Amino acid sequence: MSRQRIPLITELPLVVWLVLVWGALWQDFGVGNLAFGAILAYVVVNFFYLPPVELTGRFNVLWLIPFLGRFFLKLVTASAEVFWLALTRGSRLRNAVVAVTLRSHSDFLVTATGHAISLIPGSLVLEVDRSTSTLYLHCLNVASADDAAAIRRDVRATEAWLIRIMGSRDDLAALRAEGVRR
Amino acid sequence: MATDVVVAVLMIGGALMSLAAGIGLARFPDLLSRMHAATKPQVLGLLLFLLALAVENGTWLLVPVLVLCWVFQLLTSPVSAHMVGRAGYRTRHLRRDLLTLDELDDVVARAAAGEAEAHESPQPDPAAGTPAIGGPVPVDPAVVDPAAPRAPGGTGRRARRDRA
Repeated sequence: MSRQRIPLITELPLVVWLVLVWGALWQDFGVGNLAFGAILAYVVVNFFYLPPVELTGRFNVLWLIPFLGRFFLKLVTASAEVFWLALTRGSRLRNAVVAVTLRSHSDFLVTATGHAISLIPGSLVLEVDRSTSTLYLHCLNVASADDAAAIRRDVRATEAWLIRIMGSRDDLAALRAEGVRR
Repeated sequence: MATDVVVAVLMIGGALMSLAAGIGLARFPDLLSRMHAATKPQVLGLLLFLLALAVENGTWLLVPVLVLCWVFQLLTSPVSAHMVGRAGYRTRHLRRDLLTLDELDDVVARAAAGEAEAHESPQPDPAAGTPAIGGPVPVDPAVVDPAAPRAPGGTGRRARRDRA
């Protein structure tokens, strides 16, 4: 019972998500079913003590859509690239373990970035250093330091997108300041 | 007719992704590169198969379930890939000769050295590779305590990056 109370407003996205899952599983989005789902979702969120997910309290849909477009584009091109590497390179492949230091220190954003990176073929999160927000990625087909630098740039760009979508205000301000400096 | 063509294209695309995974598994040289082949096409391949199912079925009621399938796949597949990759790296199930750059090696080595020193007597062990200057070797606090703040990019890592 020592868990700190989370205001309903930051909990709300999780409850809504659980209600949607409930409706999808029953294939019934009628009012009665959703209302029952909402009761269950409220009970689940309040009585099962998982570590609370610390959402940042902002979510920008306008940035989400281009991010999804970019994600799908990379997904398709990278899948094709891994296919091509499997066919042509095979055992002559050269890889690298690259460390990428992220800007944000929010667990949520580091996890989201790691997930987005892992989902795109050709990169795999091996290790996370939480104290410095460093991701260690295993990347396919890295032959030179330039390739590694390109990967670092790409990961930090992905993180920048995620900060714009759902980063905290501090992270967003830091990102903006960085853009001005450049 | 038109839906049949779309469904056929989507399913062939999905099957090609599975084929890519199979070829990658057979041809890539070590565990970690095979992880890429085994876990990655499932994201796009599954998406194509689910899209084919949605187009073929034609009812909107099925779409939320299919979206849910894909979202749960997106949420879980990187976690399993990470766990296997991490375990593989730590148990040295990888071929280091295939790596052009390894920025994790130093960090793991330093952390392991720190742990060993913390467990043993304060007298440094010359066999562990630490120079015996007399007295306990000052240990980087960040290595022992993962919560302690560390300078961005450890010195060892930075040196290695410059060399590469």
